[in-house]
Amino acid sequence: MRWKEMELAGWGRALKSTAAVARPERRSALAGAAAPAIGNRRSYGDAALNGGGKVIDMTRLDRVLELEAATGLLRVEAGARIGELAQLLAPRGWLPAVMPGTGFATVGGCIAMDVHGKNHHGAGSFGMHLAEIELIVGGEARPIGPDDPLWRATIGGLGQTGIITAATLRLIPAKGRTMRVREQRVEGWDEHIALLDSSDASYTVGWIDATATGARLGRGILEEGEISDASLPPAGRSRKVPLDAPGFALSSPVVRVFNAAYYARVPAQGRTVTRAQADFFFPLDRIHDWNRLYGKRGFHQFQCVVPPAQKDALRDMLRAIAQSGLASPLAVLKRMGPGRAGMLSFPMEGYTLAVDFPNRAAARSLIAALEDLAIAAEGRIYFAKDSLAGAAQVRAMYPELADWQAAVSAADPDRALETDIVRRLRLRDPA
Amino acid sequence: MTETWIILGATSSIARAFIRQEAANGSGFLLCGRDMDDIAATAADARLRGAPMAEAMAFDARQPDTFAPILDRAASLSGAVSVAVFVGSMPEQAAIDADPAMIAGVVTDSFTGPAQFLTAIAPMMETRGAGRVVGVGSVAGDRGRLGNYVYGASKAGFATYLSGLRNRLGRSGVHVMTVKPGPVDTAMTWGGPKQPLSTTPEVVARDIARGLAKRRNVIYTAGIWRLVMAVVRAIPEPIFKKMTF
Ligand SMILES: Cc1cc2nc3c(=O)[nH]c(=O)nc-3n(C[C@H](O)[C@H](O)[C@H](O)COP(=O)(O)OP(=O)(O)OC[C@H]3O[C@@H](n4cnc5c(N)ncnc54)[C@H](O)[C@@H]3O)c2cc1C
Ligand SMILES: NC(=O)c1ccc[n+]([C@@H]2O[C@H](COP(=O)([O-])OP(=O)(O)OC[C@H]3O[C@@H](n4cnc5c(N)ncnc54)[C@H](OP(=O)(O)O)[C@@H]3O)[C@@H](O)[C@H]2O)c1
Repeated sequence: MRWKEMELAGWGRALKSTAAVARPERRSALAGAAAPAIGNRRSYGDAALNGGGKVIDMTRLDRVLELEAATGLLRVEAGARIGELAQLLAPRGWLPAVMPGTGFATVGGCIAMDVHGKNHHGAGSFGMHLAEIELIVGGEARPIGPDDPLWRATIGGLGQTGIITAATLRLIPAKGRTMRVREQRVEGWDEHIALLDSSDASYTVGWIDATATGARLGRGILEEGEISDASLPPAGRSRKVPLDAPGFALSSPVVRVFNAAYYARVPAQGRTVTRAQADFFFPLDRIHDWNRLYGKRGFHQFQCVVPPAQKDALRDMLRAIAQSGLASPLAVLKRMGPGRAGMLSFPMEGYTLAVDFPNRAAARSLIAALEDLAIAAEGRIYFAKDSLAGAAQVRAMYPELADWQAAVSAADPDRALETDIVRRLRLRDPA
Repeated sequence: MTETWIILGATSSIARAFIRQEAANGSGFLLCGRDMDDIAATAADARLRGAPMAEAMAFDARQPDTFAPILDRAASLSGAVSVAVFVGSMPEQAAIDADPAMIAGVVTDSFTGPAQFLTAIAPMMETRGAGRVVGVGSVAGDRGRLGNYVYGASKAGFATYLSGLRNRLGRSGVHVMTVKPGPVDTAMTWGGPKQPLSTTPEVVARDIARGLAKRRNVIYTAGIWRLVMAVVRAIPEPIFKKMTF
């Protein structure tokens, strides 16, 4: 493989580092390879970075290898993008069982983060719908299944057990190519939680206006979706953010106006609309490179999950966020089910909150405070989003860390697969 | 009636983008090259994207005995059979300077191998009076320069060959198109020197489809390279010979 020195950034663009990057176009080129694999770098922080080392960009290994039309088993190379798979499969009556909020995430990245979607409460995590993973361990490719000791260390395992070259996904049947979406205004926190709890839709997500305070704290829009075969409304054009935006683009007055407009967009009595699947699952992908809206310094996302009994901790967080005036328009609240497939998987039964912040000192200290609240609430933060936590903070959040470390040391004794996040959070160092 | 594309060099990054695009349009394929495992994956991908047929076949530009099975298979197909040539190799000029015997291989990969194949299939295309030929050359063939003139010379030879083939097959209604890419972000250029006005395999594939639809003879892709190369060709030799780029 040929290597090219490149500066790489996480999606938040606050963390960057330089590495030698290979980008193989065929699986045979990977024989003997021992460097961490990366996907489309849609992780916000440093999960896909390896400063001073090597990384293997998997995005050109993106072919669909086999679809068993009777059972919905799909074998695919690890660099395939979820959004492209969805677009290819829906007309054939199938969809990936779990899709994260961006269609640019690769299958390898979805496995290594055990991602969740808007249907987590019912469907569980990405790794729960896998039949097989083809993994390069110690330089050699081999298929692993759910009984393999590396299975639960690989799913959600941040690429530390090996290079995932292909996987077999168990798809779900999709009766059409669109989504029937019910949208309603939610006036405050308690109502938001109550509606999330009572929703029986397959896909449910709450958008929160993180600038609202007082009685309106937690207000937002609840979106509930079902796969549909209704015909498509005409498609809009995709847009691109041409340059780094000036600093004021997401300043707090702008965000307040945007959020109020977003809220008012949905009529008081609610509405039901038909959406293109991509618009429902990947609402931000239509604006290419939207991460540049935050300017050169980039941004952070804070995402945590807390158990059901601790839901008030999220309200406290939201209060702190609203008071800070630092929030961006993008805040999401979701009910999570218990489904998780790996030792370091993020999901747990409860509620998850995700909020973006510009990369400024005040936001960094606010995020530190939010992380402490998450720990106190017996919750955890998400490695796919984090770029600021410290090693001590995450230890308590991941009770299976020691088991994972043992599996990973056996698979990669020379620590050839370590990445920036693994070093920052000392994930492979025994306590 | 389905069109079947014979793809020479089916492991090429640019070929893959072209195969995907045409699979979605319902074309069938004979995918030819050396890495059969990789081609099997591309064939599966093509079928799932809409190709009614995609078969992997062994092809080595340096082994003309690999040509006959492909020609036979093509003869057995009904409908239009088209050929797209993506084969080519670009070793570093310094390696060639150190081992002049490499020149024969470079010329075979980029010119004489594909030319032999095309010459062998030409009568069938003439008889059928259908099909198209896409030959991928390079802007490097438009003028010899310090950094890659053996590769460039092979591409120049191939371009001249294609121009003659166009002259011949045009009489039977077969469209022959020469494609001259500037730098493309593929395995061939990854890790090499930074290239100006670079494009992607997807853009090249799209430009090929547009060129075919308009029955163009020679296309440059990215399009700006037509202008750039017009300028480069216009530089008088006494000046050009002193330039380094
Ligand atoms: C707009 C947006 C919305 C998002 N919404 C959600 C959401 O709803 N739910 C959710 O769970 N996540 C969400 N995410 C996070 C995203 O899904 C994850 O970060 C995912 O891992 C990104 O995939 P990627 O291919 O870009 O992987 P990268 O970010 O490149 O890599 C992620 C990790 O996977 C490892 N990895 C990647 N490929 C391989 C491989 N082939 N073999 C071994 N290891 C590999 C890397 O080493 C790294 O540790 C969102 C991100 C964005 C930008
Ligand atoms: N990338 C650029 O910047 C650029 C610019 C202008 C023109 N081009 C031309 O575009 C075409 C495609 O190149 P690419 O960029 O896609 O790079 P690539 O991926 O390296 O493709 C080169 C292809 O040629 C094949 N090949 C080489 N020698 C062969 C032989 N003896 N027999 C059979 N196949 C052989 C390779 O097959 P194997 O996999 O078996 O090696 C591979 O499929 C080439 O003709 C190239 O010269 C490329």
